[in-house]
Amino acid sequence: MFTRRTLVLAGCVVSLTGCAGSTGSTPRETPNLGRPATQAEIAGWDVSIAPDGRGLPPGSGTPSQGAQVYTQKCQACHGEKGVGGPNDRLAGGQGTLASKTPVRTVGSYWPYATTVFDYVRRAMPFAQPHSLSDSEVYAVTAYLLSLNGIIGETDVMNAETLPKVKMPNRDNFILVHPWKPKTP
Amino acid sequence: MRSRRDDRRDNDARAAAGNGLLDRRVFLKGGAAAAGAFMAFASESAAAPPEIPPGMTMSGAPLSPYGSPASFEREVTRTLIRSQPGTTGAGASRTPLEVLEGIITPSGLHFERHHNGVPTIDPAQHQLLIHGMVARPLIFTVAALSRYPMESRIHFLECSGNSGAMFGATPPAQTCGQTHGLVSCSEWTGVPLRLLLAEAGADPKADWILAEGADAAAMSRSVPMAKAMDDALLALYQNGERLRPENGYPVRLFLPGYEGNMSVKWLRRIKVTDTPTMTKDETSKYSDLQADGKSLMFTYPMEVKSVITRPAPGLKMTGPGLYEVSGIAWSGRGKIRKVEVSADGGQTWGEAALSAPVLAYALTRFRIPWKWNGASAVLKSRATDDAGGVQPTRDEFIARHGSNPIYHYHAIQAWSVEANGEVKNVYA
Repeated sequence: MFTRRTLVLAGCVVSLTGCAGSTGSTPRETPNLGRPATQAEIAGWDVSIAPDGRGLPPGSGTPSQGAQVYTQKCQACHGEKGVGGPNDRLAGGQGTLASKTPVRTVGSYWPYATTVFDYVRRAMPFAQPHSLSDSEVYAVTAYLLSLNGIIGETDVMNAETLPKVKMPNRDNFILVHPWKPKTP
Repeated sequence: MRSRRDDRRDNDARAAAGNGLLDRRVFLKGGAAAAGAFMAFASESAAAPPEIPPGMTMSGAPLSPYGSPASFEREVTRTLIRSQPGTTGAGASRTPLEVLEGIITPSGLHFERHHNGVPTIDPAQHQLLIHGMVARPLIFTVAALSRYPMESRIHFLECSGNSGAMFGATPPAQTCGQTHGLVSCSEWTGVPLRLLLAEAGADPKADWILAEGADAAAMSRSVPMAKAMDDALLALYQNGERLRPENGYPVRLFLPGYEGNMSVKWLRRIKVTDTPTMTKDETSKYSDLQADGKSLMFTYPMEVKSVITRPAPGLKMTGPGLYEVSGIAWSGRGKIRKVEVSADGGQTWGEAALSAPVLAYALTRFRIPWKWNGASAVLKSRATDDAGGVQPTRDEFIARHGSNPIYHYHAIQAWSVEANGEVKNVYA
């Protein structure tokens, strides 16, 4: 049975050594009740995309393919061509951010194109998240970028091309908590 | 008619600042004067008690398995419940600050901010994955987490959009809670995240984690590893009972002092990473657009702030006389060091009493006696934290950040007490 002292000691070990677990040793005197996760399990859970594109899945899509998905699945909330719907506006607004009435959209505000893919795949369409295929998500992402004039109408978005898209507002964010990207 | 004794009492009550603010110790040392004033009110407004109240003439209500507030308090609810068009669970509800006291928010009145509703999660099915830059990716059940050593801490949680209406050109015609009620305070109990990160063997080169929720928005935020290893908690309990569904049942991340949405609810996954993930809710939302078009990103700690909750909009004064001004102060950078109150629009300030306990990253209750003369008056409170932060005036705050940030408003709040007893939000 653990005593109170054992658990306090365990806390000290952990806080003194910080991330010492990376040496391969398990901290002594902690419960160790996690079960090892398999690579297959992790693959099923790990949907997040890094800003340099790590995590992007196979598949691809173009703006014209995305327009079809958008009309069916997105337009009711976000309006025709990303404007005028009841929910967030997705297109336009460039040049308004320093005005009294800034319009924040994917085109005018979002700093990373990878975020569009990450967010649409995890959370959209609002009432049926996780219902689009990866290629449909690439296509919708391509459509939104094209609507905002950030990529061409025939550009293909995939794991190679999407991270290379430079969003117009990228350099206008001041990171209060320091972070320097390791890749440009 | 005033007696000589009344006059002597007034002279004994030392002024703390102009327009009737009295020394914070008046209620302690001058107990007779204070009690006298309140009792005078009570006897004016209340009907004479019946000789035998009805509750004494019959048996009372039966025992019950789970208590609820008195039926007479049914109007004390969350307020300004708003969801995005066409949705029911993508919005916020707010704590009715002006009708609460102390520092603990009842769990059922804790503010809500959901991005796509409250998921129903069976704790027997729920699992938490810790993976990424770790030596041993691990999956924890709720039952497993519940066996770890725990810590209990009293902390506020504030949505970074709290008080956002104060960016508007005119003061919002709302109750105190409707404007400032995206802050609540609870006792949170759970497992220090550093224990689990150590067990998984987090890579020292990893500067970040990504926390992800099991809701329909798969809410996700990047958190600096330093915070994760410092005081981050995997909270399982709120105010002694398991988390409420709307607060992340069965397990949520809790990051003391940080903007609320980073304390990801319904926590399902922690990925140890070398970069922030740049999720939607740390880039396109919850970044603070400044007047020059640049945006502040990763603005984590909630800055020092206070608001007078009584008197406040939503309450009405019941005639001239002695009142206790009561309010809450808090800071995401530590403890509250002092709160000053003004009853003359900020010309003079008196120091309020801080009610124990005064805890880091917790609401702190402040109080100061005020003899209201019945004329209109502007009340303000100004908090200072132990990191040296002081609340700016609204003008100073807007001059520095503009009117577009949406988030992290924390300027001094002014309430106008009108001669008719109404209390209004004013820019003064």
